[in-house]
Amino acid sequence: MSARARIGVLALQGAFSAHAAVVRRIGGDPREVRLPRHLDECDALIMPGGESTTMSKLLESSKLFDPIAECLSAGMPVFGTCAGMILLASNVLDGRDDQRSFVAIDIDVRRNAYGRQVDSFETDLTLSGDAEPLHAVFIRAPRIERMGADVTVLAEYDGAPVLVRSKSVMAASFHPELTDDDRVHRMFLELVDTVEHR
Amino acid sequence: MAQHDHTTGSMRVQRGLAEMLKGGVIMDVVTPGQAKIAEDAGAVAVMALERVPADIRRDGGVARMSDPEMIEGIKAAVSIPVMAKARIGHFVEAQVLEALGVDFIDESEVLTPADEAHHIDKLKFTVPFVCGATNLGEALRRISEGAALIRSKGEAGTGNIVEAVRHLRSIIGDIRKITQADSAELFEWAKRLNAPLPLVQEIAKTGWLQVPLFCAGGIATPADAALAMQLGAESVFVGSGIFKSDDPAPRAKAIVEATTHFRDAHIIAKVSRKLGAPMTGISMDEVNQRYADRGW
Repeated sequence: MSARARIGVLALQGAFSAHAAVVRRIGGDPREVRLPRHLDECDALIMPGGESTTMSKLLESSKLFDPIAECLSAGMPVFGTCAGMILLASNVLDGRDDQRSFVAIDIDVRRNAYGRQVDSFETDLTLSGDAEPLHAVFIRAPRIERMGADVTVLAEYDGAPVLVRSKSVMAASFHPELTDDDRVHRMFLELVDTVEHR
Repeated sequence: MAQHDHTTGSMRVQRGLAEMLKGGVIMDVVTPGQAKIAEDAGAVAVMALERVPADIRRDGGVARMSDPEMIEGIKAAVSIPVMAKARIGHFVEAQVLEALGVDFIDESEVLTPADEAHHIDKLKFTVPFVCGATNLGEALRRISEGAALIRSKGEAGTGNIVEAVRHLRSIIGDIRKITQADSAELFEWAKRLNAPLPLVQEIAKTGWLQVPLFCAGGIATPADAALAMQLGAESVFVGSGIFKSDDPAPRAKAIVEATTHFRDAHIIAKVSRKLGAPMTGISMDEVNQRYADRGW
């Protein structure tokens, strides 16, 4: 049995404290990541929601982009929600020209595709292989418009995938950190556990 | 596939956007060009208005909601959320801003109040509201009316952080005391704060406000932003502080970095170099009109 998984939460901007609270609640050990040296103490990484343009600028100015890219290519498990999913995508539609992403999962995502804040919504989803509905909150959410053959859909809404996985990468259009239901975070911690023991 | 329930404008959805803005800087802008500079610098949102508070203070007269065309120009210029201000109690200005599709409405004391007794009934809206507060009672009254985000008021347009510090310390200090109070004392707290008892009881249990707490009113330097964050604010609004300074773009970027790395004095020192002069600012005994006294 390994020690409690140390889950880095990218804390440059956005909903990082909400993610850290869920990780703590389900028995993980959350660590805020703001500088490259913080990555040394992480077994996995969560990229929260927030503004993806702001985060990509801060990734550069904090000199975090390249070290994170190295961790991800070495197989560190990562979970991106909303803006975090945009940062992981192989292709960003309607992004800014200077916006860089990690190309960690083979999906095309369109920023703010579900509309502005007045269109933001909450709804029930079906998780694959789980009869219990999952309540999900979408805030100015990005939409997955294409995905590669190695990407598995774990939940969809209105004809589009909203929770996907490929190898050690998970990504969600919505915000599992804003509800009391922690199944999605548990799924990620299980993923971290399998990768660690492989 | 089956169509699920689809709910917009719920408190959870409104507070959700506030949650996404944490650890960020929201910048006042008066033109699409300024909005682009703000986005380029890493702002998490812009506040579209016709005059920054320092100019409203200088010009006097009645300050109102901005021209819809100007707001739309700014919406078209950037991809980050756009906020706009309505006068306190002016629910029709708020209806117009919601119809324009702004992402957040600031029911703001910087504009001239439209109602001397009533704030907007914010529960009736799909769009989230941010409101100012000088103390915890005021914050809880705004939350009970439906505000999804609270900002300490400070004193807008002064470039002077002293009032923001006073308001943050008052709000957070009282939260801290309430978490130490026993259940009988909470009735007295609700009475003293003139705030709904269930909200006071909730704070005693959770140790924090029901919504995020940001800081506004007087931030002019990266160190000011980090001060607000270390005192417990979760994001900062910068009004006149950026575009009334000598060189707005580098100052905006420096304030963004200081807000993220607010506990790291070495980074704050590094980003504070060579920014040119900040806005001149005014001391409190020179202030003719205290905006923070507006609202009740």
